[in-house]
Amino acid sequence: MADIHKNDVDAITGVSTTGHEWDGIRELNNPLPRWWLWVFYLCIVWSVAYWVVYPAWPLVSSYTSGVFGWKSRDAVQVQLADLRAQRAAFADKLDAASLEQIESTPALLSFARAQGRAAFGDNCAPCHGAGAGGSKGYPNLNDDDWMWGGSLEQIQQTLLHGIRSADPDAHVGDMPAFGRDGILTRPEVVVVADYVRSLGNLPVPAGVTPDLTKGKELFEANCAACHGADGKGNIELGAPNLTDGIWLYGSDRDSVIATITNGRAGIMPAWSGRLDPTTIKALTVYVHSLGGGS
Amino acid sequence: MSQQSSAVGGVRKSLTFGEGGLAVVFALLALSSITVAAKAQDSAYAFHAYLSAFASLATVFVILNRYMDRPAALPPLMIDGKPNYNFGPVKFATLASVFWGLAGFLVGVIIAFQLAFPALNFDLPWIAFGRLRPLHTSAVIFAFGGNVLIATSFYVVQRTSRARLAGYLAPWFVVLGYNFFIVIAGTGYLLGITQGKEYAEPEWYADLWLTVVWVTYLLVFLATLWRRQEPHIYVANWFYLAFIVTIAVLHLGNNATIPISVFSPKSYIVWSGVQDAMVQWWYGHNAVGFFLTAGFLAIMYYFIPKRADRPVYSYRLSIIHFWALIFLYIWAGPHHLHYTALPDWAQTLGMTFSIMLWMPSWGGMINGLMTLSGAWDKLRTDPVLRMMVVSVAFYGMSTFEGPLMSVKAVNSLSHYTDWTIGHVHSGALGWVAYISFGAIYCLVPWLWQKRELYSLRLVNWHFWISTIGIVFYISSMWVAGILQGLMWRAYTSLGFLEYSFIETVEAMHPFYIIRALGGVLFLIGGLLMAFNIFMTIRQPSTVEADTGVHTPSLVPAE
Amino acid sequence: MAELAATPKKSSLWAKHAFFEKNSIWLIIGILLVISVGGLVEIVPLFYLKSTIEKVSGVRPWTPLELAGRNIYVREGCYNCHSQMVRPLRDEVERYGHYSLAAESMYDRPFQWGSKRTGPDLARVGNKYSDEWQRQHLADPRSVVPGSIMPGYPFLEKTPLKFANIGEDITVNAILGVPYTEEMQASAIADLRLQASPDGDVDDLQKRYPGAQVRDFDGNPGALTEADALIAYLQALGTMVDFKLYDDKANIR
Ligand code: HEC
Ligand code: HEC
Ligand code: HEC
Ligand code: HEM
Ligand code: HEM
Ligand SMILES: [Ca+2]
Ligand SMILES: [Ca+2]
Ligand SMILES: [Cu+2]
Repeated sequence: MADIHKNDVDAITGVSTTGHEWDGIRELNNPLPRWWLWVFYLCIVWSVAYWVVYPAWPLVSSYTSGVFGWKSRDAVQVQLADLRAQRAAFADKLDAASLEQIESTPALLSFARAQGRAAFGDNCAPCHGAGAGGSKGYPNLNDDDWMWGGSLEQIQQTLLHGIRSADPDAHVGDMPAFGRDGILTRPEVVVVADYVRSLGNLPVPAGVTPDLTKGKELFEANCAACHGADGKGNIELGAPNLTDGIWLYGSDRDSVIATITNGRAGIMPAWSGRLDPTTIKALTVYVHSLGGGS
Repeated sequence: MSQQSSAVGGVRKSLTFGEGGLAVVFALLALSSITVAAKAQDSAYAFHAYLSAFASLATVFVILNRYMDRPAALPPLMIDGKPNYNFGPVKFATLASVFWGLAGFLVGVIIAFQLAFPALNFDLPWIAFGRLRPLHTSAVIFAFGGNVLIATSFYVVQRTSRARLAGYLAPWFVVLGYNFFIVIAGTGYLLGITQGKEYAEPEWYADLWLTVVWVTYLLVFLATLWRRQEPHIYVANWFYLAFIVTIAVLHLGNNATIPISVFSPKSYIVWSGVQDAMVQWWYGHNAVGFFLTAGFLAIMYYFIPKRADRPVYSYRLSIIHFWALIFLYIWAGPHHLHYTALPDWAQTLGMTFSIMLWMPSWGGMINGLMTLSGAWDKLRTDPVLRMMVVSVAFYGMSTFEGPLMSVKAVNSLSHYTDWTIGHVHSGALGWVAYISFGAIYCLVPWLWQKRELYSLRLVNWHFWISTIGIVFYISSMWVAGILQGLMWRAYTSLGFLEYSFIETVEAMHPFYIIRALGGVLFLIGGLLMAFNIFMTIRQPSTVEADTGVHTPSLVPAE
Repeated sequence: MAELAATPKKSSLWAKHAFFEKNSIWLIIGILLVISVGGLVEIVPLFYLKSTIEKVSGVRPWTPLELAGRNIYVREGCYNCHSQMVRPLRDEVERYGHYSLAAESMYDRPFQWGSKRTGPDLARVGNKYSDEWQRQHLADPRSVVPGSIMPGYPFLEKTPLKFANIGEDITVNAILGVPYTEEMQASAIADLRLQASPDGDVDDLQKRYPGAQVRDFDGNPGALTEADALIAYLQALGTMVDFKLYDDKANIR
């Protein structure tokens, strides 16, 4: 059938067909478009040139590494070195200066804060919140309430080694599980909880008459060792101040009872292995300057 | 082959070798499925085993029932000197593609909204984004696209060979077996059965089943070519053949796994780490190259000249771009792994071969578009042709964008971002879905012997609504992707990263909403198509049983 | 060129193509040959070129608990949103840490480098957060990160981990070449339990899997849940190579 159409010419374009026909479909015998062919050649030539310059073809025990020996892993080192060079003017000073000096030198301070802010967003904000405002279990870093101390050195220590992290130099010290471990009975836990809430001047829920004398007694016997007789806390042990109205784990009666029953041991990771010392320094200054630094 | 011998037998009716053999095989499969179900280590797997047992028994029943009902002789290859085409499986796959298309678009809309409003995950395992996303990609590519490819290839190979589809049960086995694979794959994702490799998520047993189905598909296609009454194989069939053969090779290479037990769905891939990555994207990129490109180019090569009633623009271009395309495509996989731990040399090859792929891809576009020379006016009156032509334009656009994104400097920005998603959907919605819609709109009246579609005006509406949808989708993703890429690498004047990751997530929100709305429009278009097709099939037949050379009769849109 | 532009005659190169158009078997063979080249050239050398995988110390196979967690990561499709591949680009190294090495995923089946970063890269997330944060974040991401669009997975900490067949998982990995010893295969179930429960002979486990972190991961020592496994996996990600000791130059490839 196909051969009947040999040397057919398409009436509309005047181009000859190949003479074949399938289910009524024929093919014109147009040549390859010139521009198309030339761009194709150009792409090939460009590719060959690229192979000469860059690593490209695998061989028996190695590969062609290109005339400049370019490697993506070298290239990133160069980029990073450039970046370090760009920052060097300040970064070197940051490295050399003490934390206090950084804070008292406006130019260094604003540089450190910029660096700290950048590192905070991806590393700290997931726990402490975008504005460092904290949330239940994750302390607010804007206020001047510090469990482990708010001086520059103390904050740096916290950042480097973390709190109850796997780091050997981490802050340690747990809030015992008085209820779960049977040190206090349930009614005792409730009484001491009410007492602790009274330290923070929290409103007493309707229908509850707290036994503050008994509570004070129990507190002095069990809690004062860490939180102090006045409940003002102890930063050596990370025992928080219970009188300042700032509650890490919530101030409602149930939360406080839960804290005393099950204990608490929030974990803050150590950053010394992950972030470089300069960044940690900058973060320290950044956190300290958020408002609550002591 | 067996069918000829029984036909020669004349009056005496007997089970063909295929009928008998398949009935026995499926009976055995049913038995072993029940055994596996009983001992399965996992309830989802047991569910699949029961499904398989049930489907196998149903198959045995259908084979025997069909045997009882059929005349002694199998359908003849020719009637009155004209080919006796086998369109049953084609019809089934056509309808299946419409169904799966709607399902896939719907899931796409759902996951698009989940990214904008994460509460829509409802904290439930089976509809969480991580499980629905593979459901979407498989539903649109393999279920929708796959059925379109099977339907059109079975149609085109018959018409362009003037021969009846080879095999008596085999074509049905391909179509039904393939759709069974889809059901297993899709329900598996929802239940948490996945291999964790993109576009190759189904586990080992689904892969094995697909292998059997696919080899049968290849044999049916080839055997039909062998029966052809044309001296030459038409260009569409070169593309179909390349698609079928290459997908088989890719599928085997990327799914080489060892199951931990026949009673468990879990398997481990024989490749690991960097080699697994390379094999995966050798597969993944060529799933694009051969499934979403070669296969759909085949569709283009039949349906555009047919619908436009014009000859294909250039035979020589067909030859060059066919061989160049399939040779070069295979190399481009590493452009999915730029700047990863894949060695630099392989990345260079991926990049340069992608650049060289540009013109061979455009060869297809030129051949598609230029086929309209002398018939451009038809675009005004025929929305179906318009859809297909716009589709080819989108093909040209995404195969320009692809090489651009393969350049390492560009990719360092675009990789991992929504730019890739935009690129995917300009190819997927603009090219793959549009050429499919065009083919379906052509096929339905031809298969069901109607003069034309129920309503060309509805096609026109479909075209415009979904085109606006595509514009919403891809333009929002371009902006989102480039913004995201720029934000990730943005530095302050002091040399520190300017944005935290979560700020870049928050910046995407408005674009995710626009994208989702675009998806809704696209889905509405799909629903219009389904309605139109339903009504077309319900129309009384106006065309006589159609076996000869076919010329579509066009009715103006207005 | 002149040849190409001419109209095809029977004798021209173009006419030769009829050979493929008339012989479907040769057409298939031609296709197979043409599509084989690229794949072979790009894939095969990755198996024999020594430079493909860096020589590093510290990378060990996943513990049974981590492997179980990894399988949950795969099952939930976390790779649809998270990459595990820090590229050697300035901003990525600054944001996520040292770029990923091929060696770090050499025992990963399947690899989980990912192709879309809807969420951040996880290649180095191990030890970045506390277990408690991970648990909370998995159960309800927006409770810790208000702007997050990650789905919640509260069911993980409620679903007991199924690990009766973990030995088979380890064995198949061993067959495929992951250096799990016979001892590791035999003690898989015991090792899995031990890693998630605070008491037991931990030294033995850590001798088999150096650096394995042993504890209850989901804050519920009473139950061994899917969250235990997934968090154990997340906490191990990217922690095996000590980059203070790693020599960038020696391994530049
Ligand atoms: C996994 C969550 C997590 C991440 C990430 C995290 N922190 Fe913390 N951080 C905590 C917890 C929990 C505490 C409180 C520990 C406790 O209860 O004593 C804490 C405590 C602190 C403290 C001490 C507060 C005090 O009152 O003494 C500082 C300072 C601090 N974090 C700063 C940072 C900085 C800076 C970063 C980022 C480099 C960071 N944190 C990252 C969880 C985290
Ligand atoms: C061994 C030291 C120690 C003892 C004894 C102790 N605590 Fe604590 N307490 C801590 C530490 C450390 C924390 C902080 C835990 C954390 O940050 O995760 C804490 C936290 C608390 C909190 C939570 C404060 C907040 O901001 O939410 C309350 C309430 C509290 N303790 C009450 C008590 C009471 C009542 C007792 C006695 C019955 C007691 N503590 C005994 C060390 C101790
Ligand atoms: C819809 C996309 C999506 C899916 C699916 C998803 N995530 Fe996320 N993931 C995010 C986004 C967005 C963030 C960043 C915001 C945040 O921290 O929640 C994130 C953050 C994380 C983080 C914190 C990383 C860091 O360095 O701050 C971890 C860990 C994580 N995801 C683990 C997982 C695991 C495990 C799964 C699967 C069970 C998963 N994700 C599934 C989107 C997703
Ligand atoms: C010359 C042709 C093409 C080239 C060179 C090309 C190149 C690329 C590149 C560079 C990427 C991004 C990889 C990354 O950064 O992760 C990509 C992704 C993708 N492209 Fe193309 N593209 C081409 C045509 C097409 C077409 C026609 C489609 C049809 C739908 C398509 C579908 C996809 C898909 C689905 C992905 C996403 C893969 C993934 O990461 O999951 N591409 N392509
Ligand atoms: C209603 C129409 C559609 C909508 C709303 C839609 C939506 C989506 C969404 C939200 C994603 C996930 C993107 C992400 O992870 O950020 C996605 C991914 C994808 N979709 Fe669609 N989609 C639609 C149609 C299609 C069609 C028709 C195809 C193919 C023929 C397709 C192929 C894909 C592919 C391949 C991916 C994965 C991309 C990648 O990994 O890079 N989609 N789609
Ligand atoms: Ca992807
Ligand atoms: Ca537990
Ligand atoms: Cu690709």
